[in-house]
Amino acid sequence: MPLIQMQHVSKWYGSFAVLTDCSTNIEQGEVVVVCGPSGSGKSTLIKTINGLEPFQAGSIMVDGISVGDPKTSLTLLRSQVGMVFQNFELFPHLSVTENLTLAQIKVMKKDPSTAIAQGLKYLDRVGLIEHKDKFPGQLSGGQQQRVAIARALCMQPKVMLFDEPTSALDPEMVGEVLDVMVQLAQDGMTMICVTHEMGFAKKVSDRVIFMDQGKIVEDCTKDEFFNDSGNRSPRAKEFLSKIIQQ
Amino acid sequence: MELDFSFYNWDLFKNFLQKGLLFSLQLTLVATVGGIVLGTILALMRLSGQKLLSTPATWYVNLMRSIPLVMVILWFFLLMPSIIGKSIGAELSAYITFIAFEAAFFSEIVRAGIGSIAKGQTAAGQALGLSYSQNMQYIVLPQAFRNMIPVLMTQTIILFQDTSLVYAIGAYDLLKGFEVAGKNFGRPIEAYLLAAVVYFLICFSLSRVVRKIQSKVAIIR
Repeated sequence: MPLIQMQHVSKWYGSFAVLTDCSTNIEQGEVVVVCGPSGSGKSTLIKTINGLEPFQAGSIMVDGISVGDPKTSLTLLRSQVGMVFQNFELFPHLSVTENLTLAQIKVMKKDPSTAIAQGLKYLDRVGLIEHKDKFPGQLSGGQQQRVAIARALCMQPKVMLFDEPTSALDPEMVGEVLDVMVQLAQDGMTMICVTHEMGFAKKVSDRVIFMDQGKIVEDCTKDEFFNDSGNRSPRAKEFLSKIIQQ
Repeated sequence: MELDFSFYNWDLFKNFLQKGLLFSLQLTLVATVGGIVLGTILALMRLSGQKLLSTPATWYVNLMRSIPLVMVILWFFLLMPSIIGKSIGAELSAYITFIAFEAAFFSEIVRAGIGSIAKGQTAAGQALGLSYSQNMQYIVLPQAFRNMIPVLMTQTIILFQDTSLVYAIGAYDLLKGFEVAGKNFGRPIEAYLLAAVVYFLICFSLSRVVRKIQSKVAIIR
């Protein structure tokens, strides 16, 4: 059974459709890149997976748990789905270590020493152990995003969602964040990444989902997407040609 | 007109002002702490999205903010005896009225403070599995209060000035002390002159303290 099953998901505000009939499955260990023009619903789509964005129709199952079911404990579900945001969203009033341990202690009810050990393990993995006592504001954007990835990993999630993780970064910092993500993909983490980094997509993704106007227009392997553009939709071709021009 | 300042001495402070100053400061402190606690509850009620909670809180805040403080003080003092059957005294009456009144103002400050925290912070807390109340407690309120400290303290300075309004119910505050002293020495002008200087010095030095604290508590961004 796929780890995530998304069936006919639609979302609208009044008469404005944000998502229309989106269906896809994501297998354990799969790395899926979601791309498309801005405003196409990419971010909204991945935020429906951890219930940050409610949807009006369809269903999403995450490891057997129904996201849309009012009886589902969203806090429990969310603790199992890691998320990395475009603007990092580290907690600026807490130190790096406190950022890493807060949810472990308050949500997973771990005792602080276990939580700190776990936090520092992942902080070391993203190469920032020497910054453990600093505050987020004292780190560069790239470093903050790596801490944010470590913070999500501390919860030992079944899947990681990335919402344009490098879009708010200065160009020279994109690489360090992508390196961490590539490592994570190679370690077998299930990942869904909204990103414009086609280099990342070519390197580690298994599948590419292309969205336009709230619909999933393409859902194919990366080879089909990048190397078989003849069979792609006109919108996807246009998008690809723009990306290549850059 | 000749001014006579000869009664400006330690005895003036000891016999007339000390008691009043102490009450003014106590009233300010109690009303600030009580007002912030009650004001935070009111703000959370208004932001809860539950009509049952937000509607009464909104009405309460709007009502308190639309009535002059001196009237609230007077009405509460005059009405309480007929409601509970006995007088509760000017001091207790002042404490209760000030907490109730200031809560409305503090709640607006707290509400704005919570609103100043970016939505992404709440989303990040939610994504980690924090509940609504955990998110408020650990993420939103600590940041909001840090942003609010200067405004809260400015409101406290205004509150200290407003304590002089308890003259309406005859409580003995700092201003009352000056008034009694002026009558006693037959020098009301000199007494009120000194009152103005003392209020100015207290409030001005407090506002300097606020500025100091402001730069200390700022979150590094």
